[in-house]
Amino acid sequence: MNDMRLTERAVTQTAKITARGVQVHYGTNHALKDVDVDILDKTVTAFIGPSGCGKSTFLRCLNRMNDTVASARVTGKIEMDGQDIYDPRVDPVQLRAKVGMVFQKPNPFPKSIYDNVAYGPKIHGLARGKAELDQIVETSLKKAALWNEVKDRLSAPGTGLSGGQQQRLCIARAVATSPEVLLMDEPCSALDPIATAQVEELIDELRAQFSVVIVTHSMQQAARVSQRTAFFHLGHLVEYGETGHIFTNPTDPRTEAYITGRIG
Amino acid sequence: MNAGLLLLLLAGLGALGFLAGRARALSLVRGDARGLHSLPGYYGQTVALFAVVPAFLLLLGWLLLQPVLVERSITAMILPADIASGSSRELVMADVRRIAEGMERLVATGALNEGELAALVPQPDLLKDRLSAAGVALAAPIQPHIAEAATAWRAEMALGQGLMALSVLAVAVTGFLWSLWRVAPGFRARNVVERFIRWMLIAASSIAILTTIGIIFSLVFESWHFFQLYPARDFFLSLTWSPKFGGGSDLGIWPLLWGTLYVSFIALLVAVPVGLMAAIYLSEYATPALRAVAKPAIEVLAGIPSIVYGLFALMTVGPFLRDWFARPMGLGDSSSSVMTAGVVMGIMLIPYVSSLSDDIINAVPQSLRDGSYGLGATQSETIRQVVFPAALPGIVGAILMAASRAIGETMIVVLGAGAAARLDLNPFEAMTTVTVKIVSQLTGDTEFASPETLVAFALGLTLFVFTLGLNILALGIVRKYREQYE
Amino acid sequence: MTDLSAAAPSSSPHHRGGASLIAPDARTQARNAAERRFRRFGLSAVLLGLVALVVLLASVLGNGVSAFRQTYVILPVTLEASVLDKAGNRNPDEMKKVTTLGYGKLMQEALIAALAERGIDTGDLKPKEIMALLSKEAPADLRDAVLADPSLIGQSIAFPAFATSRVDGYFKGRVTMDSAARDANISPAQLQLADAMRAAGLIETRLNPGFLTRPDASELRPEAAGLGVAILGSAYMMLVVLVLSLPIGVAASIYLEELAPKNRWTDLIEINIANLAAVPSIVFGILALALFINIAGLPQSAPIVGGLVLTLMTLPTIIIATRASLKAVPPSIRDAALGVGASRMQTIFHHVLPLAMPGILTGTILGLARALGESAPLLLIGMVAFVRDFPAAPPAGFFDPASALPVQVYSWTQRADPAFAERASGAIIVLLVFLLSMNALAILLRRRFERRW
Repeated sequence: MNDMRLTERAVTQTAKITARGVQVHYGTNHALKDVDVDILDKTVTAFIGPSGCGKSTFLRCLNRMNDTVASARVTGKIEMDGQDIYDPRVDPVQLRAKVGMVFQKPNPFPKSIYDNVAYGPKIHGLARGKAELDQIVETSLKKAALWNEVKDRLSAPGTGLSGGQQQRLCIARAVATSPEVLLMDEPCSALDPIATAQVEELIDELRAQFSVVIVTHSMQQAARVSQRTAFFHLGHLVEYGETGHIFTNPTDPRTEAYITGRIG
Repeated sequence: MNAGLLLLLLAGLGALGFLAGRARALSLVRGDARGLHSLPGYYGQTVALFAVVPAFLLLLGWLLLQPVLVERSITAMILPADIASGSSRELVMADVRRIAEGMERLVATGALNEGELAALVPQPDLLKDRLSAAGVALAAPIQPHIAEAATAWRAEMALGQGLMALSVLAVAVTGFLWSLWRVAPGFRARNVVERFIRWMLIAASSIAILTTIGIIFSLVFESWHFFQLYPARDFFLSLTWSPKFGGGSDLGIWPLLWGTLYVSFIALLVAVPVGLMAAIYLSEYATPALRAVAKPAIEVLAGIPSIVYGLFALMTVGPFLRDWFARPMGLGDSSSSVMTAGVVMGIMLIPYVSSLSDDIINAVPQSLRDGSYGLGATQSETIRQVVFPAALPGIVGAILMAASRAIGETMIVVLGAGAAARLDLNPFEAMTTVTVKIVSQLTGDTEFASPETLVAFALGLTLFVFTLGLNILALGIVRKYREQYE
Repeated sequence: MTDLSAAAPSSSPHHRGGASLIAPDARTQARNAAERRFRRFGLSAVLLGLVALVVLLASVLGNGVSAFRQTYVILPVTLEASVLDKAGNRNPDEMKKVTTLGYGKLMQEALIAALAERGIDTGDLKPKEIMALLSKEAPADLRDAVLADPSLIGQSIAFPAFATSRVDGYFKGRVTMDSAARDANISPAQLQLADAMRAAGLIETRLNPGFLTRPDASELRPEAAGLGVAILGSAYMMLVVLVLSLPIGVAASIYLEELAPKNRWTDLIEINIANLAAVPSIVFGILALALFINIAGLPQSAPIVGGLVLTLMTLPTIIIATRASLKAVPPSIRDAALGVGASRMQTIFHHVLPLAMPGILTGTILGLARALGESAPLLLIGMVAFVRDFPAAPPAGFFDPASALPVQVYSWTQRADPAFAERASGAIIVLLVFLLSMNALAILLRRRFERRW
């Protein structure tokens, strides 16, 4: 299987996001130290590492979600398509429209399924009319593999769905704004194995259109869904490379220790 | 022997009981406290508690019941002939009470002794002179029969006092001796004391229930009196309110209800947008420095007594609205108006709405906000389209609670809204409310048993039902809302 | 570098293709404008609240501060023994036979003599009109001073007598020559005389401690009205509230929080307490009128009745605060005490209650502060009555008629003379000072005994 991945890997080469020397402080806590990463287009990149290692922190830097935390301070340079996203002239609102996010716990809004998905297109003005909006909702739900389950009850509240359905709804909601990058912060940690399998399958399909970054604490999951893997430990990016390479032949002893279960 | 002296005696008995119980317990084991089931103090406490508490309760009950029983027995003495036309049994009884009190004062000041007083009873005119000299002025001449009733009243009261002292002391001494006799090394004094205290704690917590029962009882009882004198249909359906001293009043509740609702509506119109927006700004936008200043400052508004707001309405807001709005716009000439009371009450409710909304907005989970920001929504879009709808049930509950406070508020409307009962749409016109009329009907000089006074209880009952309903509804909504996010 | 991405192809049909992150498009600009508008709207709501507070306090202070100063006529008067103490034995009982009329005459003569001595032209004002510059209360005050200290007789003293409220208002700017011309109680000529007397040092405005210590005065003598009875009445009521509501409230909270089984009865009590906290205060007034006065036969206007009804109103507040602070005591402390063999009651009374005490006291003080400002229920139990006599010392004084601070404010607003409006605002200042110090005390307590675990 790893061999298969190695052949696939050859097609994706352009860097979508480049990060250089990224540091994050929460108050006095130095949460992320000097991280350099290139995230490739149309690829699933997994961030792994023990809890508190800074993988989620780095993820939240990529769409400037850390701006909503008053004590957070981000330094260094992160560029998307060559544009510095921390340039003071950049509007984080526009950035987040291009870099969608799915969270650890499914967080559907207390609105109907339809309104949940239509929320992003509505605020960004992506649809010119009701028909077009319906179209966006339908394609997004289809992309999230949820359409068949909910097409008859689009006006039912999103909070009434099962956990796995809720998370796929959140993915549909993120996909609806047509982002270029999709960030997923442990999207399966609150789900049962069946729902997890559905979401993982979905992630693999999404790779065709988006560059997907997924944070996970499950190494098996990283191995299953990602083409490239970054291992974080205590705020440092320890190792970054092809998933097969990281799991079979890590260069750093810490990576090996984590993968073999000695730290974690 | 009066109640104060009895209380002192009981306190003394209690202290004595504590010492006696303790000493007896210790002497039974020859001073070695290890031979006792409980600490020696507990033996003292059992004696003190059993001596004081039952006797004290008896005293309290007696003090409450005696006037009622005496009143009933004396009322039976009054013949229909004693009741002059235009008067009532209650009025005659009030006279009896005043005469009896006057007699008491005459004796107490030493102006008369009991024998002289008894001699005066058959001479009503002389008695009246003596009474007015003692400061008890009576309008009508005293009927001999009434004077007898007053004498009987005094006699029964004195008898009651004597019996009370006797029985209270008897209960206290019995309790004292019985519990002292119970003291023995194996006696589980601590358990007894703790069970006793537990019952006292239960009694204390039942006071809330008793208060509610008291409120409902007094409102319903006197309202029932009112509806005996005045048809309920007119009260609930008539559109005029014009109480008259000589009877024949129109006591329709609608003008008052209209004024109440109109004032409350304006108050909510002021308080809800301002309070809600202030809460949103302070919890979502404000810098910590601004929040540290503004939040307590707005809460200060909540600590200011309503009489201060009333004075503010009367002296500042009323004249201001009259001179700058009502007169130039030709809408009226009155400084007390629905607008005055409404605006000031709105200011009073701002902190109430804002602190309730603040709680509710903060209860909306951060994950929903994150979800919205993650999609590229601005902060205000997130607030208006995600946080606000999510918090809406709670906010509705908060508004209902604010409405219930507005409806029950008294001092602001007494000083700011006016006293004229009318059904009008002009907010710069003086109107009146249910609470204003409760105050004016119960502080006036009209006879208590007249419909003009009793109507206040029916108004109070209406008010109570209204606010209770709103509160239960609001509490229910808020509780349901909280559960949603737990 | 701004336009690097502009060339990048849009990846989806719906995407607002390839816009630069740095140059916001029109829609984003509009959205950001809406964001700023919303934010400004919120800020103005906060400012509106603050402005309301400032205006409220400024209006009360502006109207009321002057109540603490009063205009006095400094009257040089010789207390002739031949007039005031005919028997000559300085026995106050016999001196009481000289009524205020006698003192009034003495003062009138002294005033006219003083004016003549300083060469102040009284125009064609009659002696009675000159005397009208003084408060009607002034002779009674002089009489009280003499009866309290008979040794004054025979001496010449400079007696500070209240000027009438119109003269006082004139120097405070409330009364003008124009309004005096239309006023039956004062004329411009009298005010001119007052000006001359002020220039000659016969009239001065100084601090009036009587505002805090004197009893209320009648409609015609606003200058003599004070808050003494009201402050004492309020203090008596607070005493009753404290003595009753603290033990009952704490007892009820202990039962509900520590001992009560979860059943229908305790549920009922809980719902009851929550609802009682929201019952309008006037309804408590009705309860007090019906239950305490009509049925139990307690006297009207008495602090005991006021105290009882305020206790019932304060109980829910105290119970809620006490339960919160009992809840804040960590269960580990209960477990530790129970573990060494203490009974439940011993655990509560020896360990939990002392730890919860600061919170309980804070809640109690805040409850008392609310009770102190409450007026509506007191109106119904007759506390608006005009009371000039100080209540006796407790406990008998609890049954004497008295007034209360907030109610005194209300009754002063109901009087016609505008001088009473000034005094009402002054009384509010006194009330607010009391409330402020109670709240400060509560904050201090909370700071001092911040939790220790």
